[in-house]
Amino acid sequence: MMKLNYRLYRKTKNFAFLVLTLGSAIAVLIPLFMIIQFVLVQGASSLTLDFFTELPKPVGELGGGMKHAIVGTICLVILGAAIAVPIGVTCGIYLSEFRKSKLSKNLKLTVDLMSGIPSIVIGIFAYLMVVVPLKSFSALAGGIALSIIMLPIIIKTSEEILKLVPDHIREAGLALGLPRWKVILFVVLKGEISNLLTGIILAISRAAGETAPLLFTAFGNMYMSYGLNQPMASLPVQIYTYAISPYKEWQKQAWAGAFVLMVLILSMNLFARYILTKIKDKKGIS
Amino acid sequence: MTDYNHAKIILEAKKLEAWFGDFQAVKGITVDYREKTINAIIGPSGCGKSTYLRCLNRIHEEIEGARTAGEVLLEGENIYDKKVDVVDVRRRIGMVFQKPNPFPSMSILDNVVIGLRLQGISKRSTLLETAESCLRKAALWDEVKDKLSSMGTSLSGGQQQRLCIARALAVNPPVLLMDEPTSALDPIATAKIEELMNEIKKDYTVIIVTHNMQQAARISDFTSFFHYGNMVEHGMSSNIFTNPKEKSTEDYISGRFG
Ligand SMILES: Nc1ncnc2c1ncn2[C@@H]1O[C@H](COP(=O)(O)OP(=O)(O)OP(=O)(O)O)[C@@H](O)[C@H]1O
Ligand SMILES: [Mg+2]
Repeated sequence: MMKLNYRLYRKTKNFAFLVLTLGSAIAVLIPLFMIIQFVLVQGASSLTLDFFTELPKPVGELGGGMKHAIVGTICLVILGAAIAVPIGVTCGIYLSEFRKSKLSKNLKLTVDLMSGIPSIVIGIFAYLMVVVPLKSFSALAGGIALSIIMLPIIIKTSEEILKLVPDHIREAGLALGLPRWKVILFVVLKGEISNLLTGIILAISRAAGETAPLLFTAFGNMYMSYGLNQPMASLPVQIYTYAISPYKEWQKQAWAGAFVLMVLILSMNLFARYILTKIKDKKGIS
Repeated sequence: MTDYNHAKIILEAKKLEAWFGDFQAVKGITVDYREKTINAIIGPSGCGKSTYLRCLNRIHEEIEGARTAGEVLLEGENIYDKKVDVVDVRRRIGMVFQKPNPFPSMSILDNVVIGLRLQGISKRSTLLETAESCLRKAALWDEVKDKLSSMGTSLSGGQQQRLCIARALAVNPPVLLMDEPTSALDPIATAKIEELMNEIKKDYTVIIVTHNMQQAARISDFTSFFHYGNMVEHGMSSNIFTNPKEKSTEDYISGRFG
């Protein structure tokens, strides 16, 4: 009798725990699926081929697209990454390989603080540092703002990844009579390139969806532009502008934009994973 | 055994001490090594053999909080001198570590030739030739010749250790430090590595840590006995193993403690 009771008690406890964990898992998944479903249904139905090939039409005219914003987002993200990746990875290497130094400890604190700065503040900062002196909204300012978003993510992931490489690997490299920089680049880093790439893509996809830092920097426009010193359109800002407008057609365009942005970020992640497996498969003398 | 008294002294430790933080692991060791000899270091576990060996190529200082005192003279020049380039020291004094440490994410072939390649040698045929001859010397060639492009870490522990030996040989250092290179190997591979040591003795000086008394007696010209960070006794292996001067040496080699 005692035994049976105990078993029942244990089973109930097990069940309660299962319900609890399953429940929270579902609670997390519901909003995620709702977002995807919403964007998919609303966005896909508003999406036409024109969306990719046309520039916006004035209010009242049907059709038009966001070609300029798609190209703009890609340009801004590339610009941001071009600034953030070299600096970020180098900082990460420094934090991991020279962790004893005083500068390293200070730098780490700075990076932690940096990742907590709200993106709107980063936007204002870039506005004051770039837009005001140059007296114009510009792609350059947008790229810099995005790079500030990417930096702490790239630094942190690079540092963590390199720290996981055991010290005896570094010792083995040094004992071969290789200078430290070669050991870092060709022994420590070489094995981790695919992992570093994951961190970089993570940072890029995070920045690609940001609106706030672009509002006062790249600002946006309604036509194609490639100039670094001119305003540049981007999907998030364009979506924002269209979504808050009172016009039905523009709101539909905003949905389509949201859909494209989501697919863009998603496919970037998938592409990264694809490269990862490619790199991992590649072996042998290079 | 050959008479080595006229051979040139290639490496010399003078009052060498080593610490991990406040803990002193090596307590003032003075000894010299003659060119083209095999020198064994024996002693109970934890007595500071690895630490001492790691001071001879300045790898000890890579550990956080670790430091050394005293001198190590390589061909008369103190490797701890500020003017000396540590990279050059390590190029001339190779090392096989106690734990196998092949480079992960590198193929077997890349593991062996990475040292040469990063020294600027890029001719594929040269690299392949070196790889084959070093892998042969390390008694690994036959086992890996058909899978040179698989990962170094995919090998067994003993194979990995032989890969590390091949890697150390590839850069051709005149002095080779080996920390228990055969402790993970079967008798056949062990015999081959011992054969290798006898072979490379023609050109190289070898300092080897071993827990295997027979091995030390078989292959080494000189033996040092370490105990609690001190070198209790050093001399011709033929003397140490047949006629040790110190009581603790005798106790250790006859298996009465350790
Ligand atoms: N990284 C470290 N930090 C602190 N103390 C250490 C470290 N490595 C070794 N020691 C200590 O230094 C002493 C000597 O260690 P060492 O590895 O040189 O011994 P060993 O003679 O090589 O032993 P074994 O035969 O087991 O390999 C030991 O007491 C050990 O506890
Ligand atoms: Mg040891």
